[in-house]
Amino acid sequence: MAPHTIDVCAVLRSAVNQNYGNLLTRDTGMAVRHQIERELAAHREGGITSLDFSSIGLMDYSCADEVVAKLLVLLQNDDLTRGGYVVFRGIGEDHLELVESVLTHHGLALVCLCEDGKPRLIGRVSEAERRAWDMVRVRGHAAPAELADEFGFGEDFVAEVLDELSRRRLVRRGSNGFQALDVADMVQ
Amino acid sequence: MNVITVPPSLDDQTFEQVLEQLAPLPADARILIDARNTTWASPYGLTALLTLAQTRAEKPQFMPPERDDTSSYWSRARFFDYAGELFEIKGKVPARGTERESRTLLEVTPVSRSDDVHKVVERIKDKAANILTQNLHLESRAVMGFAMALSEACQNIVEHAGRGGWVAVQNYNYRKRMGRHVVQIAVCDAGVGIRQSLESGNRRPLTDRWDDGVALETAVIQGTSRFPDPGRGQGFKGIRGYLRKWKGKLAVRSGTARVAEVPPWDDDVVRRDHLAPMPGTQLFIMIPEELER
Repeated sequence: MAPHTIDVCAVLRSAVNQNYGNLLTRDTGMAVRHQIERELAAHREGGITSLDFSSIGLMDYSCADEVVAKLLVLLQNDDLTRGGYVVFRGIGEDHLELVESVLTHHGLALVCLCEDGKPRLIGRVSEAERRAWDMVRVRGHAAPAELADEFGFGEDFVAEVLDELSRRRLVRRGSNGFQALDVADMVQ
Repeated sequence: MNVITVPPSLDDQTFEQVLEQLAPLPADARILIDARNTTWASPYGLTALLTLAQTRAEKPQFMPPERDDTSSYWSRARFFDYAGELFEIKGKVPARGTERESRTLLEVTPVSRSDDVHKVVERIKDKAANILTQNLHLESRAVMGFAMALSEACQNIVEHAGRGGWVAVQNYNYRKRMGRHVVQIAVCDAGVGIRQSLESGNRRPLTDRWDDGVALETAVIQGTSRFPDPGRGQGFKGIRGYLRKWKGKLAVRSGTARVAEVPPWDDDVVRRDHLAPMPGTQLFIMIPEELER
């Protein structure tokens, strides 16, 4: 799958015609999200898109609510077969606390590629979801039966947890079980 | 003519004396705001004075501070740029000149649109970063939260007030209570106020009591906005979280009530009711110098 990256700062500059590079105000967030939605719609067929925040300066709650939370809600409510998976990149330590707070407020979670290059799950997830996500990430892909023993619960339980992760677009359902969002593909 | 005397030191607490003098007067009463003996004003004092003028049906008269250093500071803080339109000024007003006041992070600045918020934050971010880290000795990560708090506070005007307001930010030595450097953000408007804003969205909680104090707690403490969107109302929550971390203070006044997030160094009360009425919403944030590092 060809990597697809959206530079959020470039979107910001184009969507609101300003040069500041700061994700501030709800109006701005709405305009940025609408443009990201249009770009995602054009690259949906099962693909993973990297949303690159590395050139973003300042950020506030209202804008993060629009750009991060509302976008995730939209993707979660969309038909899973249409793709639309996103991994967030370049969210610095300064932004992380704010983004986590917005995600927690909505009960959302996202996969974030941190500065150390490792994917991380941030936001609100259950302990079981976090464990299952981590197991899939380490293996690249896994079926519920493969994880049941290590997990310590039955296959049905693991399948339920992975289904939920898939619904939340934190893993992808594939022909060989559930796949980690393949970050390596996106690092350019 | 009714003379309203401005106290020598004008801040969020002493501004109540101005409002108490105004309370018995109808909105169209002719008033003269006498600031001749005022020698100091916080950003809250300056922005609240402009806001007060907006609430009067008759253009009030205004007598500027007599002390040259005070009036020239007010001038550099751009108070008179806007006061000239809102008041009939009686007396001498010094020219602003080109010198920039070093302790003023942001002069009195009007806010009415989303773009104003961007400009405000962009204008002060570098200077704010220097002052927060060097004067207040805060960690660099405090800068992001400061910008967030400033942005969210200004957005309340854009999103809810229904008319423009003012913002000012200043760094000064808060000798009266702390003997420490502080940064104060003041954001004042004469708009619909929090109670009416919540009522306009049918967001009044199901309680027997409903007044400005309950409305303020609903918005500021519980994070309820006039919009039913579950993502709304996080601004105040974010500001409060930031201030708790850096031992800062938040006070929000609307109508006849005021609520405050009171840090350990202050002895303010968390809620006051039955204050003299003032249309709109007036907010201030104070971030103190860190001493322990």
